Amino acid sequence: MQGGTAAVERVFREEYGRLIASLVRRFGDIDIAEEAAGEALVAALEKWPESGVPPNPGGWLTITAGNRAVDRIRREKQRDAKHQAAFMYYDDTPHERTGPVEDDRLRLLFTCCHPALAPEARIALTLRLLGGLTVAEIARAFLVPETTMAQRITRAKKKIAAAKVPYRVPEAADLPERLGGVLAVLFLVFNEGYLATGYGDPVRAELTGEAIRLTRILRQLLPEEPEVAGLLGLLVLIEARREARVRNGQLVPLDEQDRAGWDRALIAEGHGLVRECLAINRPGRYQILAAINAVHTDAPAATDTDWSQVVALYDQLTRLDPSPIVALNRAVAVAELDGPKVALALVDALPLTGYHAWHAARADLLRRLGRSAEAKDAYDAAIAATQNSAERAYLSRKRGELV
Amino acid sequence: MTHYLLTVHGPAEMDEFGNYGSKEEMEEAFAATGAFNDKLRADGYWVFAGGLQPASTATVVDGQGETPVMTDGPYLESKEVLGGFWVIDAPDLDVALRLAAEGSKACRGKVEVRPFEGLA
Repeated sequence: MQGGTAAVERVFREEYGRLIASLVRRFGDIDIAEEAAGEALVAALEKWPESGVPPNPGGWLTITAGNRAVDRIRREKQRDAKHQAAFMYYDDTPHERTGPVEDDRLRLLFTCCHPALAPEARIALTLRLLGGLTVAEIARAFLVPETTMAQRITRAKKKIAAAKVPYRVPEAADLPERLGGVLAVLFLVFNEGYLATGYGDPVRAELTGEAIRLTRILRQLLPEEPEVAGLLGLLVLIEARREARVRNGQLVPLDEQDRAGWDRALIAEGHGLVRECLAINRPGRYQILAAINAVHTDAPAATDTDWSQVVALYDQLTRLDPSPIVALNRAVAVAELDGPKVALALVDALPLTGYHAWHAARADLLRRLGRSAEAKDAYDAAIAATQNSAERAYLSRKRGELV
Repeated sequence: MTHYLLTVHGPAEMDEFGNYGSKEEMEEAFAATGAFNDKLRADGYWVFAGGLQPASTATVVDGQGETPVMTDGPYLESKEVLGGFWVIDAPDLDVALRLAAEGSKACRGKVEVRPFEGLA
């Protein structure tokens, strides 16, 4: 029953975040929740291929895992002080609203992205506990040995338990700042999928997909937060271009992409989200980035792009986030409006000599100015600063075309 | 409730105003720390706290051998040393971190927050 097993695993993956989150609330311990979820999977793999997937698979998994956890705690509570302590947290009542929104997954997301945890641990924990990715999958995605990733996750879980990182949605006063941390983790997960670092696959659709899935959940839970809508809009508008962005293993820049290959449904969704944000009128970083991507995806051809609108949005973003990376992206848009010479002066002033995109932007501007020798050097520097195979292939082609 | 150790870390080398800059600033820091201590007591987080003499007054004792070995100076020679600490009792890490931020501001130093495994 190969198909049966695959179906069980798919359902399990879809339900995993909800399952773990509700078990953590009931038992107050992430390890207990994970063990119980694992046992429920084993039970489902035994039963469902024969009896069929139950009508409410999430409910079945939650009840089964809950029973297994209670059994385990009863079995072990005499011997093990830690489980005994956990047993005291045991809470079988329906959960109460504890924050502005009610969902265990939201609490778990804020716990995983707590500022007391190391940034790389936040991403790993989020993918493990809410995304249901295995440690091996996460290790592969971030190009570290599985043992390293396992240690990173174990260490973070230990800190959550020992230092008592709370399992709750922050209070309204702290929410904007803490939400920023959660959005940053989701954006990083997406970016790692979209332009993967390292020598592996240049694009990892499982990571972009997972980031979008988790952001959709966050949006359901916090429908009033415009930055959540902004991030979701941004991600779907970038994701819409994923298929057109790599051809024959080579990155295809925006102006050379086959726009017929863009995902129209995702673009419509993204444009809808951007319009929603505009109506709320509380702009933020992700909303502005989404709006910039909406301008790009609105143009039937690259030459139709409203560059003055793009530059105006980057000006707005600069006021919120005056970082050199934003300034670099703004300069690339300025090149379309005021020409490569003006843009090059802006780019050259930025302290980004270790950043591949800075070298790539300089290379392109120098090429357009006919300064071929300098452009070649800049392409070489850009190629040396990135390990992404599709980006290297694109940069090498552009360098090769120079005479 | 969990007990947390809040340790204040600062430069080992001190000038006459304890690195606060001036007499006035030193007195302001002492007053702010005193006010913070009063608040910890009033809000029920207080367990114990104290400031330490300079690290140069420390002695390390190794009593694992037959006769104890005494060594002058702190256990770790470093530019940054432990200057003082609080022990607080707080419901979770978010509360402990908020209090640590207030304490850090009051005493003008970086504060490390670390949970106790237990109290004897």
